[in-house]
Amino acid sequence: MNNFRKISWHHYINYIVIGILTIVLGSIALAGGRFNSSMLFLLEKVAISMILAVSLSLVVGFLGELSLGHAGFMCVGAYLGGKVAALLEPTLGNSPLNFLIALLVGGGVAALCGVIIGMPALRLRGDYLAIVTLAFGEIVKSIFQNTSDETFGGALGLETPRYDKQYLFIFAFILVLITLAVIQNFIRSKHGRAVTAIRDNEIAARASGINVTKYKLLAFTISATFAGVAGVLYSFSNYTVQSAKFGYNYSIEILVMVVLGGMGSINGSIIAAALITFLNTKLATVLTGDLAVLQNLLYALILIVIVIYNNAPSLKSFRDKYNIGTLLSKLVRKKHDPASIKDDKAKWDVVPTKIEMNEVLSIDITPQDKQGYEKKGGDK
Amino acid sequence: MELILSTLINGLSLGGIYAMIALGYTMVYGIAKMLNFAHGDIIMVGGYVIYVFMALNNPLLAILMAVVFCVILGIIIEKVAYKPLRGASPLAVLITAIGVSYLLQSLAQIIFGSANKMVTVYDFGSVSFLGVNVQVSALVTLAVTVVVMIVLTLFIKCTRIGRAMVAVSEDKGAAQLMGINVNGIITVTFAIGSALAALAGLFYLLKAPSISSTLGAMPGIKAFTAAVIGGIGSIPGAMLGGILLGMVECISYKITAIAPYTDAIEFSILIIILLVRPTGFLGKKRREKV
Amino acid sequence: MAEYILETKNLGISFGGLKAAQDVNIRIKKNQIYGLIGPNGAGKTTIFNLLTGVYKPTTGTFYLDGEELNGLPQHKINHKGIARTFQNIRLFNNMTVVRNVMVGLHDQPEYKCSVVETLFRLPRHFKVEKAMREKAKELLRIFDLEEERNNLACNLPYGKQRKLEIARALATNPKLLLLDEPAAGMNPHETEDLVKTIRFIRDHFDMTILLIEHDMKFVSGLCDEITVLNFGTVLAEGDTKTALNDPEVIKAYIGG
Repeated sequence: MNNFRKISWHHYINYIVIGILTIVLGSIALAGGRFNSSMLFLLEKVAISMILAVSLSLVVGFLGELSLGHAGFMCVGAYLGGKVAALLEPTLGNSPLNFLIALLVGGGVAALCGVIIGMPALRLRGDYLAIVTLAFGEIVKSIFQNTSDETFGGALGLETPRYDKQYLFIFAFILVLITLAVIQNFIRSKHGRAVTAIRDNEIAARASGINVTKYKLLAFTISATFAGVAGVLYSFSNYTVQSAKFGYNYSIEILVMVVLGGMGSINGSIIAAALITFLNTKLATVLTGDLAVLQNLLYALILIVIVIYNNAPSLKSFRDKYNIGTLLSKLVRKKHDPASIKDDKAKWDVVPTKIEMNEVLSIDITPQDKQGYEKKGGDK
Repeated sequence: MELILSTLINGLSLGGIYAMIALGYTMVYGIAKMLNFAHGDIIMVGGYVIYVFMALNNPLLAILMAVVFCVILGIIIEKVAYKPLRGASPLAVLITAIGVSYLLQSLAQIIFGSANKMVTVYDFGSVSFLGVNVQVSALVTLAVTVVVMIVLTLFIKCTRIGRAMVAVSEDKGAAQLMGINVNGIITVTFAIGSALAALAGLFYLLKAPSISSTLGAMPGIKAFTAAVIGGIGSIPGAMLGGILLGMVECISYKITAIAPYTDAIEFSILIIILLVRPTGFLGKKRREKV
Repeated sequence: MAEYILETKNLGISFGGLKAAQDVNIRIKKNQIYGLIGPNGAGKTTIFNLLTGVYKPTTGTFYLDGEELNGLPQHKINHKGIARTFQNIRLFNNMTVVRNVMVGLHDQPEYKCSVVETLFRLPRHFKVEKAMREKAKELLRIFDLEEERNNLACNLPYGKQRKLEIARALATNPKLLLLDEPAAGMNPHETEDLVKTIRFIRDHFDMTILLIEHDMKFVSGLCDEITVLNFGTVLAEGDTKTALNDPEVIKAYIGG
């Protein structure tokens, strides 16, 4: 009993909320309540976005590296998973087994790509991962675009079996829960601790015996796997998979979700993913034609404003005064105690204290002095 | 034979454009230690400024205005978006730079619409060279790039500001202690980079007289690739990487079997180079202070 | 068991033309507190970086307890038994104090737990987490940091940050502990406290300690033997008092 109480419930709040949501909406659907198709499609899209945002958050928020090819991994998953599903459809039909095999194949190949891309890029410091993942996204896009019509459909896109419309979103949200479980369990384990240590201070992590390359690669591969899973889900949610959709812009859209949710916050990523996906769908009906660009403008402003606000060293005191934590605690009239922080949230402005003491040189090396010191040290 | 020669010249000229952009990337990366994602989009801005001022039908004025406008824009971007983040994590700076790039693209699209705009800056015509028809603009591009590279190298070697730039790129803190205005140097670097981007915009318009809001995005990424291949932070490296990438692109386009995969090939080269020689061809190894 | 816990043979490294360290021979017996001193730029931290694998030596090699470690990657060297602290403190600032130490415990064989086991939350995961936390608390208790264990590392006062760094290094269960200017920035009272702590570490953990320090009082009061470096070469070595009174050493410090 005592042990049970120790489990902090806030660790599980996101499972509970999404679980309840799935059960409620799922039972309505199963009981024969008909959602219209745009509502179903929106639910599926929200689930896909959540998987993407949570998995990217592992790399950006916890590992502290930037991946601009998340949509590329998704593309791999969508094509491979979709192809497998299409091949298996005559024998397995539209069954959950078919879905499962597609997920395994799509996620697995995306993971493999993650290893291949991560290996050269993660050994290097700096912004290389960003540029290599960006290149990877473009490579994948260009390869799938130019395949022959029989294999992956070429420029027209791959036709995939769309899974039974009414129930797909239930599977989608179950996948969100699985993603959450894997990524949160990873972060809240000794291995996740190693990853956050690398983010905080790579040099110290190495000196503390952490195999930095291994953990970077591991985190990156897990992230790529779930991007692949999201891709498979996408292929089941749409009739065709077109590689043009998975370009740079889509990767940025996922990045916007992670940044808006607050880097290093899984719950934030989930909420931002739902919000942005919902907003996108609504905006798509309002902003048509040339106005569609306003959406990109919004993304750009979100990225710039939020990142500067959260990271600028000169805004530190302002941030400490008016952050969500203190505002919330004011609301419930509880003093915000920084010591109560349980999660290793990213606070990028904390720079290691640097004290240069090189110039401090005492040169009195008289024997008495030495003895005196030794005595003092020894006596006490 | 003719095909080879024309491909060679096209490759050199495209490589010249890449080199021009890569020079800007490499300087900003070397001195401000940041990957300025918005650099490619300044090319696009330069192109649009030329488009606007070509209404006056004076190419020289248009080019001058493009350079001036891009320099001012570069400085504003640096002051507003990047300077507040000095001392923050590189990840934050990188994401902001992506935001700026996106902002420029969408603003351009809002102002000029999504349709391509056509503008002919100046028709140099073509000359016959060893039986091959060569666009004079390609030769001009190449010549200007070489001149710019030489001037830039001399500028860095022989002027006070240039030497200060080297000092800042080596060690910001020490440079500051030596009385160098680090912020000023970074501003100058952004100004030079933006001016080069404006020229790159001009070359693009000379090559193909059409402009859209995404003009700079792909060349920007490829030029960064070129800078990495040549060795980031090195001026001859940028030149070498740019020319190399331009050649690969033009040759690959000529071979029907692999033509559609040209982009994929170029980016694969980047990944392979990073795997075998992370510092690029001419880059120096950078040691992190422990 | 080798005669010396650490033995370097003609260890040297040059950056371009600059010989940052040259022909450095250091021999440290078990349980010694050994000092590495010298003026600015003498190459002391370079030696630490060589011993921990940050740099690969251009000449020479080194042995820990008779085993050659030259050429191993940093984390492997740490696993073999060399742990260090840094001149400018390097903590995991956004993590709590106890988690900082737990990172140090990460690769200890008794806390082994595979990724799969943690993902599926198998019993071992909980067992290992609990054991690691207990062990970390125990280490923090030694350094009077137990009360602060749930604070963020960056919120600790300077002196405690230094201690935490030592605790994290000890968590990796080293045979040899390298301390890079542990007394830098401390007032005399804190320094005195540190002397006691270092002695305690040696006795309690049966540890051998190699430290860099500028404070001569500190060094002469604490170290059994020292090596004096100047311009990357060994100026004097041996018994602390003798070495410090070597005319060459005095000349190097006062400037002759």
